[in-house]
Amino acid sequence: MSSEEASMTDTTETQEQETPQQGAISDFGIDTTSQSTGEAVRDYWARVRGGELGSLPALLGLIVLLIVFSTLSDTFFTLGNLANLLQQGASITIIAMGLVFVLLLGEIDLSAGTASGVTASVMALHLIHNGNLLGGMGDTVFYVFCGLLVLAIVLSALMKIWAGTALSAVALIIAAVGIPANAWLEMLLAVCVGAAIGCITGFLVARIGIPSFVVTLALFLVWTGVVLQFIGQGGTLGLRDDTIFNVANGNLNFTGSWALFIIAVGGYAAVVLTRHFSRLRKGLVAQPTSLVLGKIIALAILAAVITYALSVNRSPSDLVVIEGVPYVVPLVLVLLVVGTFVLDRTSYGRHIYAVGGNKEAARRAGINVERVRMSVFVIASSLAAIGAIVYSSKVGSVDPNAGGGDVLLMSVGAAVIGGTSLFGGKGRLRDAVIGGAVLAIIRNGMGLLHQPASVVFIVTGLVLLLAASVDALSRRRAANAAR
Amino acid sequence: MSEPILELRGINKSFGPVHVLHDIDLTVNPGEVTALVGDNGAGKSTLVKCIAGIHPTDSGEVLFEGQPTHIKGPRDAAELGIEVVYQDLALADNLDIVQNMFLGRERTKGGLLDETDMEQAARKTLASLSVRTVKSVRTQVSSLSGGQRQTVAIAKAVLWNSKVVLLDEPTAALGVAQTRQVLDLVRRLAEQGLGVVLISHNMNDVFEVADKIACLYLGRMAAVVGSKDVTHGQVVELITAGRSGDLGIARPEAATI
Repeated sequence: MSSEEASMTDTTETQEQETPQQGAISDFGIDTTSQSTGEAVRDYWARVRGGELGSLPALLGLIVLLIVFSTLSDTFFTLGNLANLLQQGASITIIAMGLVFVLLLGEIDLSAGTASGVTASVMALHLIHNGNLLGGMGDTVFYVFCGLLVLAIVLSALMKIWAGTALSAVALIIAAVGIPANAWLEMLLAVCVGAAIGCITGFLVARIGIPSFVVTLALFLVWTGVVLQFIGQGGTLGLRDDTIFNVANGNLNFTGSWALFIIAVGGYAAVVLTRHFSRLRKGLVAQPTSLVLGKIIALAILAAVITYALSVNRSPSDLVVIEGVPYVVPLVLVLLVVGTFVLDRTSYGRHIYAVGGNKEAARRAGINVERVRMSVFVIASSLAAIGAIVYSSKVGSVDPNAGGGDVLLMSVGAAVIGGTSLFGGKGRLRDAVIGGAVLAIIRNGMGLLHQPASVVFIVTGLVLLLAASVDALSRRRAANAAR
Repeated sequence: MSEPILELRGINKSFGPVHVLHDIDLTVNPGEVTALVGDNGAGKSTLVKCIAGIHPTDSGEVLFEGQPTHIKGPRDAAELGIEVVYQDLALADNLDIVQNMFLGRERTKGGLLDETDMEQAARKTLASLSVRTVKSVRTQVSSLSGGQRQTVAIAKAVLWNSKVVLLDEPTAALGVAQTRQVLDLVRRLAEQGLGVVLISHNMNDVFEVADKIACLYLGRMAAVVGSKDVTHGQVVELITAGRSGDLGIARPEAATI
């Protein structure tokens, strides 16, 4: 005990000797000198050892899976399967992105899956009945539906979540006016209905104060029933529309694919380099320039290889040509960039992390905690609606099981496998993308190996369990490191 | 002596039938550390919360820089320049030092967070307080020690050009070396011309940094004395009995006669 204290004072003394008073800035010596590459790498390694793993385990898992499946299966690493993989994983990835916002607060949205089913069936009803939702739903159901939209408008206005109010109002207008079917209008309607659902969920959680687990469990059941009501037992709503079909099945043309490559890589490079040099100029600590450039070049090469591979004709027959980057790629990229931007670069995003980390601290800092909590459910449901558009487009129809089954659990799994913590405060949007990729590869690769569904489920479950244990263990490690 | 920056006159506060604060008078001078001492339940924390606007007062006047003011909520207090550092640190573990210091009051440029500006300001504030134990202002709070966290919490209060800082038991959970750091910091706050109110149970701490000691006894201000004019024992008597010699509340017997 006494020796411990003695050593403690020793370290304080040596620290003070090391940093003589040379003026203000020298107090943070490490902060101002730019790092060498070696230092940056060592720093990163130290953080990993300290329990800040981020998406590293998921990335490693991704690489292992790619190697395993490409050695075991001849068809796995073909061009056709690569595109297929991206299209299969997209809807889960998008729903998972929305869930990341909810998980960041340490909450859960179990209803995201079936809520997405509701949006998909409203979209399909609007298309099939040429905008006449009243006819499609029947009188009573339609009026209840409109009543709920009005409720969502009121609740979101009450909490000053104006985006939720606006989107719910748009949904109400589209439903009430009965504009003839148009694919873009239907997709907008789906997203707006999703936002309205989120307003109701969020209000119940944030304002009424019911635990999110219970609220969303109850709503999970409710939305399951609503989808059944909309579609009818045993029925299926077909989506016969080229635009909607193309969302998940269409591809950019050759020029478009490379334009996407240039915009994505160029944009990334521009943002990263601007920030890097602005930090250097202001004398703030920055990663070594060589490392930053290396990252950009590595990403550019990877993106170029993938774009090239996808822009080659991958059709198995000579009759049709299938080439180009699938539309889902720019869709996921745009959502990823916009979402990451919101989380990292705006006060709102900062407040989400703060509420997830320490609700009381956030409240004392003057953050409207209830509003933040409600808003994440609006985001989650809206993104779930986009996911619903993608999966409905993929199969070309909406059935009573839409959004049910394992959709929600796979989405939560994707977010967690990617490294988002279930305890809140830790996670990034790219976790959902990486985790979604892992799950899509497992399902796709197992399918190609002709494994039965039983094995696929068991393996997926074990991977999720592994990811959750990594999260728990790294948290414990981080807690120990702080002492 | 300079004009008091914060002056309380006849503050009363009840929670239902429980009369917690009786006619409290207190002045806080810029550049001075005023220690607020008292036994458990004497009303120290309640008094701080009244000043911070968390509890409304029942009666009494609050003068800030000589002007009568009404503090209705924590926002009002913050706008005046009154900051509170709470006992249970109000920091988010998953954010770094800069993010915590600017939490709820982020600086933005064109709607986006101005990270470089915030980082520079945070570093300047920490440097002005001669905080040397933190390696990088981008360190996550979860990896800081208790003393370092307390330092960040105090620096956060200073960042806002605050004029009065209230510290609720800042050293309660700290080890020897860490207490040292925080007490030095408290002293430096006063040297920068801020009015500092320090709540503490630890007499050593109080005598080390305080210029003035205000003793609360069962919701009444027993005495406000210069820390150089009294002994350790006298303050303990004031805390436990409300009086010591001719200091403190007059004996009840004397009052009835």
